[in-house]
Amino acid sequence: MSSKENKSLFQKDLIVEALKQAFIKLHPKTMIKNPVMFTVEIGTFVMLIVCASVMFNNDGTQGSLVYNLFVFAVLFLTLLFANFAEAIAEARGKAQAESLRKTREETPAKLIAPVGELYVNEVQMISSSQLKKGDVFLCETGDIIPTDGEIIEGLATIDESAITGESAPVIRESGGDKSSVTGGTKVLSDKIKVRVTSEPGESFLDKMIALVEGASRQKTPNEIALTILLAGFTLVFIIVCVTLKPFADYAKAPITIAALISLFVCLIPTTIGGLLSAIGIAGMDRALRANVITKSGKAVETAGDIDVLLLDKTGTITIGNRKATKFYPATGISEEQLIEVSILSAISDETPEGKSIVELGEQRFSDKEEKFKSPKWIKDLKGNLKEQSETFHVFRFTAETRCSGIDIGDNKRIRKGATDSIRKIVETAGNSFPRELEMVVKQISSAGGTPLVVCENEKAIGVIELQDIIKPGIKERFDRLRKMGVKTVMVTGDNPLTAKYIAEKAGVDDYIAEAKPEDKMNYIKKEQQSGKLVAMMGDGTNDAPALAQADVGVAMNSGTQAAKEAGNMVDLDNDPTKLIEIVEIGKQLLITRGTLTTFSIANDVAKYFAIVPALFITSIPALQGLNIMNLKSPESAVLSAVIFNAIIIPILIPLALRGVEYKPIGASALLRRNLLIYGLGGVIVPFIGIKLIDMLVGLFF
Amino acid sequence: MNTELAGVIATFLLTVVLAIPLGKYIAKVFSGEKTLLDFLAPVERFIFRICGIDVNKQMTWKQHLLALLAINMLWFVYAFVMLLTQGSLFLNPDGNPSMSPDLSFNTAISFLVNCNLQHYSGETGLTYLTQLGVITFLQFVSAATGIAALVVVFNTMREQSKDGLGNFFDIFLKSLTRILIPISIVIATLLVISGTPSSFDGKDIVRTLEGETVQVSRGPAAGMIAIKHLGTNGGGWFGVNSAHPLENPNYFTNVVEMISQVLLPIALIFAMGYYIKRKKLAYVIFGVMTFGMLMFLIPTMIAETNGNPAIAKMGIDQSLGSMEGKEVRFGSQASAYWSIVTTVISTGSVNSMHDSSMPVSNTMQLLGMMTNAFYGGCGVGILNYYIFMIIAVFISGLMVGRTPEFLGRKIEAREMKIATIIALLHPFLILVGTAFSSYVFTKDTSVGWLNNPGYHGYSEMLYEYTSAAANNGSGMEGLGDNNWFWNISTGFVLILGRFLPIIGPVAIAGILANKKIIPESAGTLRTDTGIFGVMTYAVIMILAALAFFPALVLGPLSEYFTLYN
Amino acid sequence: MRTYILPSLKLTLVLIIVCSVLYPLLISAIGKFTHDDGAGVKAYEHGLVVGYENVGQKFIADTYFQGRPSAVDYNAAGSAGSNKGPSNPDYLKIVQERIDTFLIHNPGIKKSEIPSDLVTASGSGLDPHISIQAAKVQVPRIAKLRNRTEKEIYQLIDKVKEEPMLSVFGPERINVLKLNIALNTL
Repeated sequence: MSSKENKSLFQKDLIVEALKQAFIKLHPKTMIKNPVMFTVEIGTFVMLIVCASVMFNNDGTQGSLVYNLFVFAVLFLTLLFANFAEAIAEARGKAQAESLRKTREETPAKLIAPVGELYVNEVQMISSSQLKKGDVFLCETGDIIPTDGEIIEGLATIDESAITGESAPVIRESGGDKSSVTGGTKVLSDKIKVRVTSEPGESFLDKMIALVEGASRQKTPNEIALTILLAGFTLVFIIVCVTLKPFADYAKAPITIAALISLFVCLIPTTIGGLLSAIGIAGMDRALRANVITKSGKAVETAGDIDVLLLDKTGTITIGNRKATKFYPATGISEEQLIEVSILSAISDETPEGKSIVELGEQRFSDKEEKFKSPKWIKDLKGNLKEQSETFHVFRFTAETRCSGIDIGDNKRIRKGATDSIRKIVETAGNSFPRELEMVVKQISSAGGTPLVVCENEKAIGVIELQDIIKPGIKERFDRLRKMGVKTVMVTGDNPLTAKYIAEKAGVDDYIAEAKPEDKMNYIKKEQQSGKLVAMMGDGTNDAPALAQADVGVAMNSGTQAAKEAGNMVDLDNDPTKLIEIVEIGKQLLITRGTLTTFSIANDVAKYFAIVPALFITSIPALQGLNIMNLKSPESAVLSAVIFNAIIIPILIPLALRGVEYKPIGASALLRRNLLIYGLGGVIVPFIGIKLIDMLVGLFF
Repeated sequence: MNTELAGVIATFLLTVVLAIPLGKYIAKVFSGEKTLLDFLAPVERFIFRICGIDVNKQMTWKQHLLALLAINMLWFVYAFVMLLTQGSLFLNPDGNPSMSPDLSFNTAISFLVNCNLQHYSGETGLTYLTQLGVITFLQFVSAATGIAALVVVFNTMREQSKDGLGNFFDIFLKSLTRILIPISIVIATLLVISGTPSSFDGKDIVRTLEGETVQVSRGPAAGMIAIKHLGTNGGGWFGVNSAHPLENPNYFTNVVEMISQVLLPIALIFAMGYYIKRKKLAYVIFGVMTFGMLMFLIPTMIAETNGNPAIAKMGIDQSLGSMEGKEVRFGSQASAYWSIVTTVISTGSVNSMHDSSMPVSNTMQLLGMMTNAFYGGCGVGILNYYIFMIIAVFISGLMVGRTPEFLGRKIEAREMKIATIIALLHPFLILVGTAFSSYVFTKDTSVGWLNNPGYHGYSEMLYEYTSAAANNGSGMEGLGDNNWFWNISTGFVLILGRFLPIIGPVAIAGILANKKIIPESAGTLRTDTGIFGVMTYAVIMILAALAFFPALVLGPLSEYFTLYN
Repeated sequence: MRTYILPSLKLTLVLIIVCSVLYPLLISAIGKFTHDDGAGVKAYEHGLVVGYENVGQKFIADTYFQGRPSAVDYNAAGSAGSNKGPSNPDYLKIVQERIDTFLIHNPGIKKSEIPSDLVTASGSGLDPHISIQAAKVQVPRIAKLRNRTEKEIYQLIDKVKEEPMLSVFGPERINVLKLNIALNTL
């Protein structure tokens, strides 16, 4: 299921399936989609006719039957290898997708029929495959959710490990941004009603499988451009080989059809031609292995081009929530006093921030006087509150008040909240807001913290500093992105000062502070207008327009249906840093194509030196000087070149499937590196390979 | 170091030294900055007024091409008619006849397309009227056409390309009035001072020292020789071109002529750097082109100075190098240098006979024309290089994991299609042409085209089509090419080899100019780096040179291995 | 395209006047200020024109220094090289014949002293020059036939020979016509 299990590139069952496909794909109708390999097929066919002619007509001018049959066989193998490359990539992608899909097939679903056979809203047990879009089903504790949908009623803890590999259960509830459930996941507690959001066979996964299977796979613009170039190369070599015939006639150097076709097949870029679609499929497969479902191959490719990356601060750059890190009492107030009041204000606050205040308070006391050391004090306080339950009243945080707090009895009114709102409370009551607190607030803000002012009975008594905790290792990841040429932008609701501080500390290049949903949209549009490609991740419904606007929009699987529809990828792991991986997968895809093209074309140098002297050496013995590899005979030279040309395809399949490694070392350095390995290597390797094969083949020819 | 080699090195260095300020000047001319020759502005305005041309009207790339093709068409008709009737027109002191229709066709096209393949001999094939009215005229305007097409592409590469691509007629006329004519006057003056004839007197009859009577062909040649080199045209006044002692009287004129043919191709590279404000890109292009040129030059110099091994076997002194077809006043090294610059640049003028070059030199000369982008012709050289850059950008863009972009614009399927077709065209024209002629010749050797048997004879045919497709104009002149077969077949190769490689790059550039500019980032592949230069060189050599490997093997390489065995 | 035809036509006419009339006339006018009115530099002997300095002449008599083989036999009404390829067997036979002929006319000269320019045709067929070595190997013959000491002839060669440009660039060579005129005046 997850990427960890399928380490081996070639599993036995996949190979068997791919081998079968390799033969099926020989059908000319399929082959013609790949012009390079199609010409090889024609060449193979011609060789078949030549073999027949030699066999039945005793045509001595074309060389021995064995030799011709051998050439035919190697060409045929070349075709099979190329088809096999594509088939194995498809098989792997399909297997990956199937294993995801398997979990959601044949699961019983509890359909809620609006008008049932017996009564309204009766629950019928049906198979998940029968669920249609708009149907509503019920899931209770222990049920497997039969298909993708949106919770319309209820709340449940769900184990999504089947999809994401993450063991911690998550909470999903109706309304809001966490209402989406995925087929194959398991309800751990509670009960939810879910509405089906996609027709059977049209879920993201289904689309992805179709993409991998090739049925709906469309060539990306980049792939088209490359195919044009490769077709151009093929045409050049058609011209080269066809015109060679009259040239040779002039030189009175007869050439056999086998040699001519071999020369042609060796010269045209069969290596990249045979691996091109495999590379494309493998790219999507790698995305899938990273638990990202892409809606098109183009999206993966575009990801490699991303210039700007929009990331939400919370959960991506920082660990989920802020934590209290320090108490700043006002003059005349002891720290203990402040802590006591703060704990009181936070004790009923179930938010992570509230909890962290209590935690920090406890810790501070444990360092201090005896009397506070015992955590019992806290318990006492809690107990105390419970006892006085009649007399205290909790104020929850709202967007309007921007503060929370507690009233205990009639003479203790504690509030904590944003500076502005507390100042308002304080000043309305006629008290002044202490200047030193003002300073502290500013200081905290500029250090990237969030100040939380505490007041008791309309008097400001101190400030609690909340700090974002930046995820470990995130800075390195941004550095890596920067080297790739990707600008990172942090989106946060924080004030500009805080945002700036965190941006600097985390190493992002830009930030949008106090961001509203439309700010994201505007930022994306602005960057796009200047020609840049923008990627973003989002989960909420209000992210949907921005996800749609972005060139690469990655929706979290936990996000709303709207968000998922708007983006062009869905991340099953809900991991916001996944974008980095996607960018790399996209780049890898292009690099693999580019390097193998270079390799394939660079190979021609050696092949020329193998075949061209062999073609003419019997008529022009002086050309022995060109036979720099010292190949044994013209026949063995031709065969060695074709064999090399054929076996290089399966040898490179693992590279095509895994992708050429991307290193963020700057474009020029990367070009130098790849040119050295695949360009120069592409020139040298066939010299060695052909020579080695010749030593073997030379024993027979 | 011997004096011959010193002369070659000094010539090249002097060329570069002159090309840099000239490049700056050209950039100024086309960006409308102040220059020394601004006093010509009223003249140009006057010309435009009487021609009814509004130069302030900006043209799109399509309009540029239409204007270019329209005016070229007119020139063709004019030249064809003139050549066909020259015998009965004025200014014909030697009484030379009119050209046959097929030869007129070939000659008119050949000079129209800046190729200057000459299937006639200057002394007897043309009159002074057509030498000046057709040949010199076309040498000026075809060079200006190349520059005009190139400047359009430069305009698209400027960052503010939205400002418009200029007016074809404006760029075209300025190429003439500000660049080609003034520099030609300087060169012609240097030639005249050195003894190249410039008067309208016809053939002279002299008694030699031994008392024999000989005729000596002359004519107002100096002006034509200046533009034939400056405009990388190459068509000579006399039959043997710049090997002729009146066309190229001494070592000094040889230096002048060598410099003047390389001058504009190099200056235009630097002009690009100044004009589009990407000097580094210009340096890299210059570096790659120079390297490419040297890779052809060095083997040639070695082969020529070592002499002909078959003659060495006869036991005579070979210290002068291979002298067949060469002139003593230039020596084998300056002749080797000339034969390479004239082929990498599409001049095609010669100061030695390429048919008598060593096989290695023939290989290098052919490769110079097959690649056709190491400097290349006046204006069009960079256009050819541009096509290779587009392909190099595409492949290397993939290799660094980014959708390829060139100067901030994405290269997509449409541009690749055009670039591929143009890159394909060259091998197509050359190989198919040579295959066709080989076929005809093999069927009936009595056509008697070839002056040499065997591999060398094949090289003659290969050379002719290569020269035609590259719009070069030089030839292995032993080939009997003044007949309908060669006149017509090379005529068509000439047209295709000229106009498609102009239309293609201008179209790509025009399409790219309309795309959004993507700002550079760390992930952007810069095209002004050494490594990208290496990539471009590799693309040129693999795409342009490798396709010809079998053809070269059957021609000069077989001759080489036979000769040196 | 049609909109461009008329202005193109007018522009073409203007440019024909500029490039094909004014420009050659200007260059021709400049030429009037040079040697022989820009009609080619003539060579004189005793005030009589004996040809053009730069146009090679045929010398058959053994009493003259001989120039290079010419594919057009030094007929300056035209010009041409032999256009023979280096491996052409017929051509190599001709070269061998030239070597043999030279050895017959110049007894006592070793084969290895013959420079290649004396047995190979020039590019133009009108090459006015030979190498210094090519002049020197003819000295014994000339001296003998003209009854001069070899030293005198060598001195003449030194006087007439053309240095490399600025003495550093290009080959050293000697103009056969000038040399023979000087020889006559010796």
